[in-house]
Amino acid sequence: MDFDYQTWIKVAAYSGGGIAMGLGAIGAAVGEGYTAAEANLAVSRNPQLSGDIFKNMLVGQAVAESASIFALVIAILLLFMEGPATGLLRGAALFGAGLSMGFGALGSGIGSGFAGGQACAGIARQPAATSRLTTNMLIGSAVCQTPAIFSMVVALMLMFMDFSKDPLLPTWAALVGAGLSTGLAAIGSGYGGGLAAGASCEGIARQPNSVTNVTTTMLVGQAVAQTPSIFGLLVSFILMFKIFPESASLSASMALLGAGISMGFGGIGPGIGNGMAAEGAVRWVARNTENAGDLMRTMLVGQAVSQSTAIYAMVISLVLIFVL
Amino acid sequence: MAIEGADLIKAAAFLGAGISMGLGAIGPGVGEGMAAAKACEAIGKNPKEAGLLTRTMLVGQAVSESTGIYSLVIALLLLFVV
Repeated sequence: MDFDYQTWIKVAAYSGGGIAMGLGAIGAAVGEGYTAAEANLAVSRNPQLSGDIFKNMLVGQAVAESASIFALVIAILLLFMEGPATGLLRGAALFGAGLSMGFGALGSGIGSGFAGGQACAGIARQPAATSRLTTNMLIGSAVCQTPAIFSMVVALMLMFMDFSKDPLLPTWAALVGAGLSTGLAAIGSGYGGGLAAGASCEGIARQPNSVTNVTTTMLVGQAVAQTPSIFGLLVSFILMFKIFPESASLSASMALLGAGISMGFGGIGPGIGNGMAAEGAVRWVARNTENAGDLMRTMLVGQAVSQSTAIYAMVISLVLIFVL
Repeated sequence: MAIEGADLIKAAAFLGAGISMGLGAIGPGVGEGMAAAKACEAIGKNPKEAGLLTRTMLVGQAVSESTGIYSLVIALLLLFVV
């Protein structure tokens, strides 16, 4: 198996493109299916509003779709881009780009679907709040898309930055780790942000007057739910921009790959958990607006505890990068 | 590329530390979020007991956190001790 490096770059680009589109298609499809399912229930509940519900379903699905469109763009770029074939490191960067985008689109697609579905259900329940529900759905699902956008940014940086001066060993592991870190961490944040957005649409439908409190709580909760993916982005940036001294030892490479795996997987749980906490708080702020302050405080305390494991994962990643 | 045994062992320890902390962080994050969600629900239903409910949430989360700390300990052991 003695191929030249140009062969390996093509192998990495094509398999990375397949991973980006294959994984990237899952989330949006599931989320859109959820939206369509809720829209069907909503139409059966209130058939004379089928036009409004149908329109809202399509808008919500369009936002969820954007995550998989990002994946499609990255996959097409990986397939047809004529980049500088500067060595094996280029292959690692392209493969990392595919991993980042593929995993990164999963959570955002599903999460945006929750917002769309609950908005459809809400229109059937409270037709007078239709425009407020659609606005809130759009704000909530736009925030859900940010982790997918982080993943796309990392994928594009891996594809277009020039790593040709860095040593192959151990930089290859840093580039694959950079893709894994942002991509995996984005799953939790996208999904968690969607839980909060869905609950806020449900809450507004139940209590249209609580819209200000509900939207504020949703945005604060979503902001906290995004932090694990921001940690992931931070670790990716360090892995991409730090210049690692050449080292033929396997352990130097595995430390950098391990840093990406630790932060990436470590961001999934806290992202989902923070989103669940926000979901609970938003749901009950709508039902019990006078206790919004207590609920916001409990949400933030609960999220802080849930966040701790993401911080452990970041510490382990930073130790692997800087100490060892 | 000739890999020495000691290097291979160290490589596995570093990779294992990343896997331990990464996967180990998923469960506590989700579990603690569930606890916080239900605590918010309970305070919404019964705001007078907010203090008691927050305490219960924190104790429950602390127990859920323990597996995250086990993962952290194993990761640190893999990095610095073995």
